[in-house]
Formats: sequence, structure tokens, C-alpha cells
Amino acid sequence: MTTEDIGRPVEILLVEDNPGDVRLTKEALKESKVLNNLVVAEDGEEAIKVLRREGEYADAARPDIIFLDLNLPRKDGREVLAEIKQDAELRRIPVVILTTSKAEEDILRTYDLHANCYITKPIDMEQFIKVVKATENFWFTIVKLPPALTAAEDGA
Amino acid sequence: MSDDASRPARPVQILLVEDNPADVRLTLEAFRENDVANALHVVNDGHEAIAFLRRQGPYKDAVRPDIVLLDLNLPKVNGHEVLAAIKTDEQLKHIPVLILTTSQAEEDIMRTYELQANCYIPKPVHLDDFVTLVKYIRYFWLSIVRLPQRGP
Repeated sequence: MTTEDIGRPVEILLVEDNPGDVRLTKEALKESKVLNNLVVAEDGEEAIKVLRREGEYADAARPDIIFLDLNLPRKDGREVLAEIKQDAELRRIPVVILTTSKAEEDILRTYDLHANCYITKPIDMEQFIKVVKATENFWFTIVKLPPALTAAEDGA
Repeated sequence: MSDDASRPARPVQILLVEDNPADVRLTLEAFRENDVANALHVVNDGHEAIAFLRRQGPYKDAVRPDIVLLDLNLPKVNGHEVLAAIKTDEQLKHIPVLILTTSQAEEDIMRTYELQANCYIPKPVHLDDFVTLVKYIRYFWLSIVRLPQRGP
């Protein structure tokens, strides 16, 4: 997908509690060829509020793609993923797991919950940026993201 | 095993479901230049794809694929049905399914994501672009992404 396709920036929801990782992800995305707009939620409860447009997020844009950490305060990433993929309105949004966990159990369990892909964050900063760039390039330029919801669905 | 604990010691097993011989040949070519060892299995229609995945008939000894590249417009059983069969099967639903199709129809995109396709990739018209695309898919899914493993 390119910005020409949708005529607006790609809306990304990053669910991440580590400020260093947020900063690096922002940096990598700033250099993207594709215009994008990043919203950050620092824990799982906040992520769900953004997605359901509750409280202060009443006017939040519906994300085109979600980058989701697994180990999060309050509500963990596995629960957030399960809620998204069980929600008829949200389930088509691609969820990219971006985590330090390399546990086979996390990998299998999140794919079983219909995570769209699972990426382990490298500890090395340069490697981290390289991985985020490969991820955004794949999802923003190679893939067709699902079309935005129609107005009727969106108001539902 | 190194840092990449998720990378199987055996080659990554890829199932390509594609009825167009030219696309099959180009995909084989693109995967042959392997930075990561892989084995590509090809079936030409949706019925065969399901038999391969369920290890039925001639496929009783088939390996479990680590990833599926699925065309949508297929003879016998179409790609949507194959996708639905995979994503509703407890033994198969973890397998990433990449839709690789000439269709750009919004309805196909929406419907396949609803059925929990892992991603939707439109095929480019020009052959050179197709090879470049498949190489990038190979790089991203075999070198960046961690693939799930469920016993044999």
C-alpha cells in the first residue's frame, strides 16, 4: 500500500511501555517512504481504549496497523491481541507482535490467536532500527492493508 | 542453536498454492537464492492444498508447512476456502498464510483479512517486479519474522 492508495497517512498504533523502544521506533518510522502517523499507547488498557475510542480517545483514528509488545503493564499484549481478534470490528486490522520474548510458547500462542506476524526486537540499537524498517517496508509498501471501515461500520 | 532460537534446524518448509506455471517457476527461482535454507512444495489447486495440509491420500507423508503462499483464484477449491479451512483448524491455524494474488478487489482484501489471512500481497504485472517481490517476501518472513513451530 502506498499513501496514494488511501490518500492519507497510514495510521499506526504502537503499544509499547519502554520509552527507549518508542523513541527508536519513531526514528525508524520517520525515515519511511510512506507518510505515517503514530499513536502510542503505553499499556494494554490504554490500547483498548484507543481502539474502542473510549474517554479521551473519542476522536482517535482507527489504526491501519498495530505494533504490539507482549509484556505490558495492566493488560498484557496477549490479552489485547485476543480482544482485537475476537472483535468483529477490529479483527481485520493487522497486528504485528514486536517483543523481546523469544519463547516458543509466546510465538505459537500469538499465532494461534491470529497475530499477523511475530518479530523479536533485537537488543542492539542498529539492528532494532533495521528490523523496524524492514517491517514498515513490508507492511506499508508490499502488503495491501485492509481498506478503512465504511462510515456505517465505523459508527457502529 | 544461535540467537535465532525460532529458526528451525531443518529447512523452512513452504507450501506454494498456485496454478499459474510461470508464477510457480519464478517463485521457485526466487526462493532458490537462499540466505535461509528452505524447501518449496507446490500444489496447483485448492483441493490438493487441503489434502497436503491434512496429509490425505498421496500426501500422507507430507511435511507440515511453516508458511503458506496462497493464490486466490484456483481451480476446484478457491483460495478463500483453503484459507478458511486452515484458519479454523486447531492443528493448522497458527501457520502464516500469505495471500499472493493478481486480485486487487477491495472485497477480496477485506474478506481474506476477516478470515485471518496473515497478509495480502498483490502480484505485480511485470515478471522482474514479481521476482523482486518474492525475494523480499522471502527475506522478511525467513530472516526477520519468527515462525511458529508446532510438533510434527
